Amino acid sequence: MTQPTSPTVPDLKKRVLPSSVSQIGTITKYELVNYFRSRRFFVLLIIGLIISALLTTLVGYYRPSSFLSSALNFYSGWWTNTITFVIILSGIFYGGDSISGEFQNKTGYFLVANPLRRSSIYIGKWLGALIASIIILGVFAAITIGNGIYYFGLNIPNQLWESLLFSVLYLIAVLGFTFFFSSLFKSTSMSILVTAILFLFAFRLIEMLVESLVKIEPWFLITYGAEIIGNVLLDPYPITVTQGFGRDAFTSYAVTIPEGVAILLAYFVVTAVLGLLLFERREFT
Amino acid sequence: MKIEGSKCVGFLGPNGAGKTTTLKIFTDMIRASEGRALINGVDVHLNKKKALGPVGALIESPEIYPALTPREALSMVADLRGLPRAEAKKKIEETVAEVKMNEWLDKKVGKFSKGMKQRINIAAALLSDPEVIMLDEPTTGLDPRGQSEVRDIVKDLKKKNRLVFMSSHLLNEVQEICDEVAMIDHGKLIVYDSLSNVTTRFSSDGSNTVEIELSRDIDEQSANRNIASLTSVSSVDRIDPRKVRIHFSGGIQNQERLLLDLATMKIGMISFRPSASALEDTYLNLIKDTL
Repeated sequence: MTQPTSPTVPDLKKRVLPSSVSQIGTITKYELVNYFRSRRFFVLLIIGLIISALLTTLVGYYRPSSFLSSALNFYSGWWTNTITFVIILSGIFYGGDSISGEFQNKTGYFLVANPLRRSSIYIGKWLGALIASIIILGVFAAITIGNGIYYFGLNIPNQLWESLLFSVLYLIAVLGFTFFFSSLFKSTSMSILVTAILFLFAFRLIEMLVESLVKIEPWFLITYGAEIIGNVLLDPYPITVTQGFGRDAFTSYAVTIPEGVAILLAYFVVTAVLGLLLFERREFT
Repeated sequence: MKIEGSKCVGFLGPNGAGKTTTLKIFTDMIRASEGRALINGVDVHLNKKKALGPVGALIESPEIYPALTPREALSMVADLRGLPRAEAKKKIEETVAEVKMNEWLDKKVGKFSKGMKQRINIAAALLSDPEVIMLDEPTTGLDPRGQSEVRDIVKDLKKKNRLVFMSSHLLNEVQEICDEVAMIDHGKLIVYDSLSNVTTRFSSDGSNTVEIELSRDIDEQSANRNIASLTSVSSVDRIDPRKVRIHFSGGIQNQERLLLDLATMKIGMISFRPSASALEDTYLNLIKDTL
């Protein structure tokens, strides 16, 4: 085969490519623009507002003693029961199809052919999802605190700030997990469905079965680790308690703060690394 | 296969031959089972960012985030490629005007037709003034005017001394705009050479073919007697009274001489160009199966 030759391309103006950190920032910025423009962000915001409005109305109308006996009980009842649900919804809404959509909808073809690392795309999209979720979480937290101030004044217990911090940690772990599933599946509906089933039903069910039947501490479940969000708002902090003796003994496990933090961090690190590796290796066939 | 210089190389082959796969390997969308893809000596898989720095690519009609406008989508590409803000703004407007989409610059991409999205994709590939442009069937989804405009864009790129590597199913498109042609079948490169060399070496009778158009009628007898008698001409087909196809032997020198001879004959020749069927003839000789 002949190799034709012709003059070499003249030296064009050499352009310095931005650093990977800067490219991550670009991906994050446009991921957020995309969220804010699409209905996705506002649907989740509206869900958060509806939950807050319902709680505001119910607590204001019925004035339940379990809520209004102390500031800590108020925040415990309000925050613990709803925030994990809001976080899981954020994971599903923003993480569920974040990577699989790049393949199924072919939007990835627009990005990947550019001079940037795939890890920059992955991290940029993850940060976009995290920021959008934190905005939702922030709005929900603001309404919660607003109600708390209405009933108890500015006496906001320190435990609430700890719980808020653990909520952000749980959100980070959930998004790591959902991005991993999103990298695993090519179909967006499959990745969303699996994420929803796991977080809304499967983990809770496994935790219950493990505790009651196998009788071991479910330290390997992300939802068990997330119990620190609610536990920290209880006074005193719950401890693992065993009732009965021998074969009839039943242990009620309570995750400690260091354990919970370790579980959530481990989930984030492991799923983030696996998800990133999967995305790096997956082919745009 | 090694391509260098500033030119347009047409990449041809049947469905499933590996054209898009080759372009995807060059953009690290998939990995090669063997061999390496290098751009300016940099392995695309090992150092994608550096290798693709001077490359603009359009692979398989990508989708753009539907909630973004072309201005935003192209700003994202400009940011990723490090275009300074002022230059990016100017380039976006210029490139979008080049693909005739300036009226749609601030409308959401989700409302666009396939052809309109393809125009924005072409603009994205050209935005950073890349040295090397890889286009995977760029006229897919475009109407005839759009196809013609893309051909004009590629011709302009040649004038700007860019290297264009373009896969296509449209032989007349490749014949019109490409200087060289590579043919692939079942993942194997069959030929890579200049268009004229390929059509000469692999056409059914080993000859070149040109078509001429005339401003006045020519009869069968004159065509056969006068044109067929010219040096290197092997046969003449009168397609219609004002169009004649001439088969001749030899390379570019003989083609030049034939042009001179025909002009001297004063038969009213108004155009002289390689026959559109020459590349098709070659393609059909080299590629036996459609899959």
